Amino acid sequence: MSPEVVLPILIPLLAGALTLAFWRSQRYQRWITLFASFALLAAGLWLLDSTREHGYVVMQMGNWPAPFGITVIADLLSAIMIVLTGIIGLAIAIYSMVATPDRHERFGYYPLMHLLLAGVSGSFLSGDIFNLFVWFEVMLLASFALLTLGGERSQMEGAIKYVTLNLFSSAIFLSAIGLLYGMVGTLNMADIGYKLSQVEHTGMVNVVALMFMISFGIKAAAFPLFFWLPASYHTPLIAVSALFAGLLTKVGVYALYRVFTLMFTGDVSYTHDILLWAAALTMLTGVLGAAAQFEFRRILSFHIISQIGYMLLGLALYTPLAIIGGVFYIMHHIIVKTNLFLVSGVVYRLLGSYDLKKLGGVYKHRPGLAVLFLVPALSLAGLPPLSGFFAKFIIIRAGIEVEAWVVTAVALLVGLLTLYSMIKIWAEVFWKPVPEGTDTSALTGKEKDPQMWIMLLPLVGLTLCTLFIGLNGQPIYELASDAAGQLMNPAGYIEAVLGVSP
Amino acid sequence: METLMAYVVGILFASAIYMMLRRSIVKLVIGLIILSNAANLLIFAAAGMTRGAPPLIPEGATAPLGPIADPLPQALILTAIVIAFGVLAFAVVLIHRAYEVVGNDDLDQMKDTDT
Repeated sequence: MSPEVVLPILIPLLAGALTLAFWRSQRYQRWITLFASFALLAAGLWLLDSTREHGYVVMQMGNWPAPFGITVIADLLSAIMIVLTGIIGLAIAIYSMVATPDRHERFGYYPLMHLLLAGVSGSFLSGDIFNLFVWFEVMLLASFALLTLGGERSQMEGAIKYVTLNLFSSAIFLSAIGLLYGMVGTLNMADIGYKLSQVEHTGMVNVVALMFMISFGIKAAAFPLFFWLPASYHTPLIAVSALFAGLLTKVGVYALYRVFTLMFTGDVSYTHDILLWAAALTMLTGVLGAAAQFEFRRILSFHIISQIGYMLLGLALYTPLAIIGGVFYIMHHIIVKTNLFLVSGVVYRLLGSYDLKKLGGVYKHRPGLAVLFLVPALSLAGLPPLSGFFAKFIIIRAGIEVEAWVVTAVALLVGLLTLYSMIKIWAEVFWKPVPEGTDTSALTGKEKDPQMWIMLLPLVGLTLCTLFIGLNGQPIYELASDAAGQLMNPAGYIEAVLGVSP
Repeated sequence: METLMAYVVGILFASAIYMMLRRSIVKLVIGLIILSNAANLLIFAAAGMTRGAPPLIPEGATAPLGPIADPLPQALILTAIVIAFGVLAFAVVLIHRAYEVVGNDDLDQMKDTDT
């Protein structure tokens, strides 16, 4: 028995049920949320420690042996993702304590947040492809409700696009599962990987592989299926935006990593080539979209897309070094992106706008906040010695090693354009003087905001995480390297689940 | 039977996509409903159809005798139906609310959040 592998699912589910039980008391809900987030992070660290020791932590539900029962499995990548989920969950929980308006809290903000975290954790730990679908749906339903909480016009319009495209993606996912089951007669991911490695690769396998790619590509916001993201991510509460930005698209990326290293590896020159071009175009369109924007959250939303491209690039190059780079990039990106969204929330609280034209003067009055923006922003653009530099460096080096010149050039160019976007935000929000006619009482400190330090706490924590990854590149690189080693060796995964070596 | 099902699934997918491409949000949701049903039928058809052989083990035996119908796809479809039902209930409420807020059911009038 290894309880640590199911704890990351059980803790948020239990916390969700408890917050529902305390529906009328928002104070209890807040404290339960805070406590549960700590517990989730602790469980994640325990799981990471356990996977580092044993390699794989497997649990068969109801003691039905694989492939008949439902498998819950954690390898290093899953464990890393769970730890990151814990970090983001904790940051959002602290931030939400003061930043969530009363009417949102009364309509079940905290229970939905826990349900979302349970769905995310479940997706990371599932070893069964249909179970993965179910966890995706749990996550999606919670995200639908969180996205529309508040009921403003922009939220409704964004939600229609978000809901439609995500349901469309789920339908493709379900059809792909059906076709795959018709071919191999099993749903256990390790068993599917084993059976697909035994049969000759046919056209039908490629069709199913592409269906998975499209389905997860929509969820990960890859080119050309990303347009639901910039239409919806800037509409909800900033804490919700930050949570989505950090975790949701990365679940799609994780699913792509899992499926295209474990199951569909028989025709790499075909499937991973498509991924490669999708990655290059994702980077390019995302960063160009951001360059055209003049609203804080919209710029950040488009940058999610461009960064997804780097992670897909790591998978698409499919060399050990590239996968290391991809895993490193995911670790760096989740922390940095959430941090930047939270900064935009704090700026909104100070100046009451997200429009870059109406903002200004933050550096003069709040230099500390400016530093809290500058560190993740420069890290996102990839300046040394911050975490983004190493992430980009590994991926670009992997690209040069396999002589994929075009995508490497695109990756470098996108890094430069990311810097341009971040400098634009810096110049407009922090550097230039406050525009005429803006209410600056909160910014200059005339109007005291006694709860501001609670909002700044997660920002400081996430910034320290970024610095930690940047300054401790070596141990993090080794962790990513071990995770990538497991991904490149699907036989280990199959043996851990089925108990036979292929 | 399989051939017939293949055609049915194909027609359902085609009509679902057609409905989703219409401008009215009500037709969009109808498209989503058809789409989820098409996916369910696809699982049913792809997993193979065996007629008149329930997966029952006779008394005294430890394994079923002869070929049986695979019960797993039906369990999958049942789960998928339940999930689709919940999601679609949400979608119906969403379009109702969107209609109230926007005052129109035309997707072309909902471009505020696009760039």
